[in-house]
Amino acid sequence: MASESTMAHPFEDAPNHVTPTVIHDPILSKTDFRSVGTRPLRPDGLDKVTGRARYGADFNMPGQLVGLVLRSPHAHAKIKKIDTSKAEKLPGVKAVVTAADLPDHTGGDQSMYDILENCMARGVAKYDGHAVAAVAAVDAPTARKALKLIKVDYEVLPHVTDVDEAVKPNAPLVNPRMLTEGVEPKPKKASNIAKRTEFGHGDVDAGFKEADVIVTRSFRTEQTHQGYIEPHACVASVSPDGTGELWVCTQGHFVYRNHCAMLLGMDVSKLRVTSSEIGGGFGGKTHVWAEPVALALSRKANRPVKVTMTREEVFRASGPTSASSIDVKIGARKDGAIVAADATLRFTCGPYYGMWAELGSMTAFACYDLKNVRTVGYEVLVNRPKTAAYRAPSAPMAAFAVESVMDELAHKIGMNAVDFRIKNAAKQGTRASYGPVYGPIGIGATLEAAKKHPHMKAPLGKNQGRGMACGFWFNFGGQTCTDINVGPDGSVTLTVGTVDVGGSRASIALCVAEELGVPYEQVKCIVADTGTLGHNDMTDGSRGTFSSSMAGIFAARNAITVLRERAARMWEIPVEHVTWEDGHAKAVGEKYGNLAPLSLKEIAAAAGNTGGPIAGHSEIVADGAGVSFATHIADVEVDPETGRSKIVRYTVIQDAGKAVHPAYVEGQYQGGAAQGIGWALNEEYIYGKDGRLQNPGFLDYRIPVCSDLPMIDTQILEIPNPNHPYGVRGVGETSIVPPLAAIANAMSNAFGVRMTHVPMSPPRVLKALEAAKKA
Amino acid sequence: MAVLVSTAINGDTVEFACDPHESLLDVLRNRLGLSGAKEGCGTGDCGACSVQVDGRVVCACLMLGVEAEGRDIETVEGMSHGTELHPLQSKFLEHAALQCGVCTPGFLMAAKALLEHNPDPTEEEIRFGLAGNLCRCTGYDKIVRAVQDAAKVMRG
Amino acid sequence: MQYEAPETTKAAVGLLAKAKGSAYVLAGGSDLLVRMKGGFVEPDLVVDIKRIKPMREIKKTASGFVIGAAVSCAEMNENKALVKAWPGVVEAAGLIGSKQVQSRCTVAGNLCNASPAADSVPALVAAGAKALIQGPKGKRKLPVEQVAVGPGKNALKKGELIEAIELPARKDRSGDAYLRFIPRTEMDIAVVSAGVNLRLDKKGVITEARVALGAVAPTVVLVAAAAKAVIGTKLDEAALAKLGEAASAACKPIDDKRGTIEFRTKVAAVLAKRAAEIAYKRAGGK
Ligand SMILES: Cc1cc2nc3c(=O)[nH]c(=O)nc-3n(C[C@H](O)[C@H](O)[C@H](O)COP(=O)(O)OP(=O)(O)OC[C@H]3O[C@@H](n4cnc5c(N)ncnc54)[C@H](O)[C@@H]3O)c2cc1C
Ligand code: FES
Ligand code: FES
Repeated sequence: MASESTMAHPFEDAPNHVTPTVIHDPILSKTDFRSVGTRPLRPDGLDKVTGRARYGADFNMPGQLVGLVLRSPHAHAKIKKIDTSKAEKLPGVKAVVTAADLPDHTGGDQSMYDILENCMARGVAKYDGHAVAAVAAVDAPTARKALKLIKVDYEVLPHVTDVDEAVKPNAPLVNPRMLTEGVEPKPKKASNIAKRTEFGHGDVDAGFKEADVIVTRSFRTEQTHQGYIEPHACVASVSPDGTGELWVCTQGHFVYRNHCAMLLGMDVSKLRVTSSEIGGGFGGKTHVWAEPVALALSRKANRPVKVTMTREEVFRASGPTSASSIDVKIGARKDGAIVAADATLRFTCGPYYGMWAELGSMTAFACYDLKNVRTVGYEVLVNRPKTAAYRAPSAPMAAFAVESVMDELAHKIGMNAVDFRIKNAAKQGTRASYGPVYGPIGIGATLEAAKKHPHMKAPLGKNQGRGMACGFWFNFGGQTCTDINVGPDGSVTLTVGTVDVGGSRASIALCVAEELGVPYEQVKCIVADTGTLGHNDMTDGSRGTFSSSMAGIFAARNAITVLRERAARMWEIPVEHVTWEDGHAKAVGEKYGNLAPLSLKEIAAAAGNTGGPIAGHSEIVADGAGVSFATHIADVEVDPETGRSKIVRYTVIQDAGKAVHPAYVEGQYQGGAAQGIGWALNEEYIYGKDGRLQNPGFLDYRIPVCSDLPMIDTQILEIPNPNHPYGVRGVGETSIVPPLAAIANAMSNAFGVRMTHVPMSPPRVLKALEAAKKA
Repeated sequence: MAVLVSTAINGDTVEFACDPHESLLDVLRNRLGLSGAKEGCGTGDCGACSVQVDGRVVCACLMLGVEAEGRDIETVEGMSHGTELHPLQSKFLEHAALQCGVCTPGFLMAAKALLEHNPDPTEEEIRFGLAGNLCRCTGYDKIVRAVQDAAKVMRG
Repeated sequence: MQYEAPETTKAAVGLLAKAKGSAYVLAGGSDLLVRMKGGFVEPDLVVDIKRIKPMREIKKTASGFVIGAAVSCAEMNENKALVKAWPGVVEAAGLIGSKQVQSRCTVAGNLCNASPAADSVPALVAAGAKALIQGPKGKRKLPVEQVAVGPGKNALKKGELIEAIELPARKDRSGDAYLRFIPRTEMDIAVVSAGVNLRLDKKGVITEARVALGAVAPTVVLVAAAAKAVIGTKLDEAALAKLGEAASAACKPIDDKRGTIEFRTKVAAVLAKRAAEIAYKRAGGK
């Protein structure tokens, strides 16, 4: 998913956006693959199993200082005064910074100003954990001591952390200047609703009149965190001449560069950012927090500064996902046809503007072919950390609500849950609830596959139930820049600018090897720093492999053009008579047919005499990412006396377009499902009455451990994406969407209880079971 | 006041000076340049810092550097012999048992200890044996399979 | 901070007694280091007891077992005689943390840390274990239920440490069990827990019982009424129901991030009953 400044255009299919430029022949020609679809070892694998790979915190610079951040202990407080004088005098302290050291260079760009303020509170601390000052010192103990010497004079303000409380008329205002956008006429009174959005088509009210059965329900989901195992870490070095370097774990070093340069008032070209290996992001490393602070410290101290967040800081002060409150109403006829669907979604954004309810509104009904549909989203401000993307952001909550009601509706009209969905599934030509008309899509195919899957017929044990649910994600393409350089020995360096979050270097290299007609082992894929390539958007929106493989293939085609020219020169024949096949230049035509083909290696060896280095480049906006659908099946066992649930069997069925490296596609499916399962059952941010986070650690923020999960079966479907040369779609996100509802539906099928509050933790489940028993 | 500590790491005698409050993890990472063990939490919850001490797997973040005196410590950096990978390392690669890979060193150390104590574990034993290692990327499926496969190879 | 690793108990007591600022015993460190990391404690002196040989041993004696204070929970689980005699205690100890934590954590540390949710403590209390304490004024013995006096507070005086935990010998026709409730399968702190130790007569009638509950009050509680509910019965439905009621009645829990009052009170009954059934079976009852 995109960070705020690129937020306006992440969804090429969205209404009011330019229609996708088809940059490739939409008739998919390629079906016979040699490299694509195989499972070779990844180029970075050896370093990762030997401990040699360098992640964010594994890098040091000479003379480096330790940077630490002082954070607000209050959910909402005016900062009356900050006295840093004692800290500055402590021997070993080399710099102390506050908001005053980060003057506003954002020039009226509201989303950048929000980022600036989120990185360092300006006058008001808006959540527990909000940064208020930072120090750089020679070592960690000195830096810790210095933090204690900073005196902050707070005036505590009333706060609100709950999504439903925040929209009440008397709620404390998180931002007293916030006038709701998207309502006519624009309100004059401030509120905690930052924006209203609406999507849909048809006449919903008329539609409901045709319904034989209507189900209406309200749902809530609690805030979760991406839970990447590697905390944020960076090393910043700024020189007095205005140049700087940043080593950082990020999903998008080019975007970090652009943001940091702007916030620090530096020229973009003078800040060189290198992305480390990244220990998980899932959307959570698409936003800067400590990086601008580290740069400001380094600038002030004129020494490199390393800032590593603790786990507690990660939970309190990075970018978790929204908490939500959703009302859904769906009506259907007895024959199973849905006649109208309506949803209102309230999503928390933290203290700043966001687009989370909007994404929820867009995705809520995307799986279905609906004549009358409406979704209304409200972005709700609360005193919690600024929301960031988390894998298919907002879609899991919306799907939880909609897919729960879908099951209930199927049950009420006496239809099988899968058949009911098949009957209403979107297909090619369907107008999506969020606007565009779908091309070839996989929702129907995943449902049919689910229906046939042996999992569906397997017997269930005592206290077990089976549920299923569908999920959707847009996928994203975006700006991409890729280089191919042929070495003198014919080996190929493939340079990409999309951070590899889980094996994409292998996948992109497979595509380029395929295009060049050379073995995978001959192509080495590396992720370049910002000084080496043109801008690349974040690795988000499931775009890494999709967009960089597309750019890689185009770069390979450009390189092939050069290779053909060089071969022509070596043979001294017109280039029109040279083709490229199986990694060789071949001369064609009666006159030249007897020339022996030239290998890539031979052409490369002669490059010095035929025109110099051989390379291919590609700079694109990778449009047409191709939407993605999944259907999940979950078997859940619940202990009726304690409300504790266990997932006993789980199956993911998802469309990949084309699975370039099937093992990593399966890995994405499994990882997303596991995150969804954790969300469904136990993960949640727990705030105290004082607005402070109660569980900022892995002991009490309960992500699934190995013994919590069964094997996760996967079935990859391949419905080619016509906009990608090899048919690839993004695969990274959709799998987190269905689990919440699939598990709720399983519980409903087993015990007749409808869980409407996620996580479905044991106390909530036990309460529901007992209420059902009484009723 | 720094304390002088003498220990064995991956078979080599190592001497280092550290402050008594420093964790073994800080010593390995910041003083000895062994950054294979990762700090995911610093409080024993994630297992990314797992190392073996006298043949048992521990969280390096939950042990003081000074406690290493006279002990035998093994880190992920000592797992392979020359260019020959440990079967667990090979199987993790083959099974694509890592995505981001930041949990991998910890899993390898924990799995190694597990298989040394129980060469033929059931799936359940593997899952409970590795419950102290968090992985957020894989959903554990491929990790469990890699350990099963490595166990088979190691049993010969 | 000063770090010492003495080789005798006497030396350890001497260091602790003489210490000027805050002094802490370091056993497995799985509580102490976490609290140091969080800045909750800043010790001036840490006394590592793992190099004191007698503290590293499990001794089987005529009167039972003596588990040295520096014995790790993993080592307890590897001691066949102990596992056979006190499966409930060993299982409880084995539930603490992960394999990594198990390699280092101790039941004495679990006890001294004085968390109401400490896993080994209800099992030890049910077993009738005693803490062997050594201090500047000599030795004393304290029933384990008297060691913790409140959340995070224990009954040890300055200079005192626990040398070992003493478990009675396993009587014939007796058995113990421990169960805890956690939302996940591992790596959670008990939301509520129950330890039960039972002895039967030849006919399977319960003659002795001890029931202890964790995480339902400021300290682990020994519930006499729960024991009374099953003594004289063969743990039939009615006895189990009464046991459950007594367990729930003994709960004075709080609402916190880990669970609600309502949930803890209800599940305490469920766990007490289930643990009693396992203990009954282990004692040879049918
Ligand atoms: C990841 C993780 C998971 C955990 N899970 C659990 C769990 O599931 N269940 C559970 O109950 N606990 C759990 N804990 C807490 C902890 O592991 C246990 O309480 C453990 O038993 C403590 O033992 P230790 O030897 O490591 O104690 P230490 O940390 O060494 O000591 C704990 C306290 O007791 C004092 N102390 C230790 N030994 C003595 C002695 N002999 N005499 C006097 N004072 C002494 C120390 O000074 C310190 O204050 C967990 C901790 C972590 C980090
Ligand atoms: S860093 Fe040691 S367990 Fe997480
Ligand atoms: S591979 Fe990323 S955490 Fe395990």
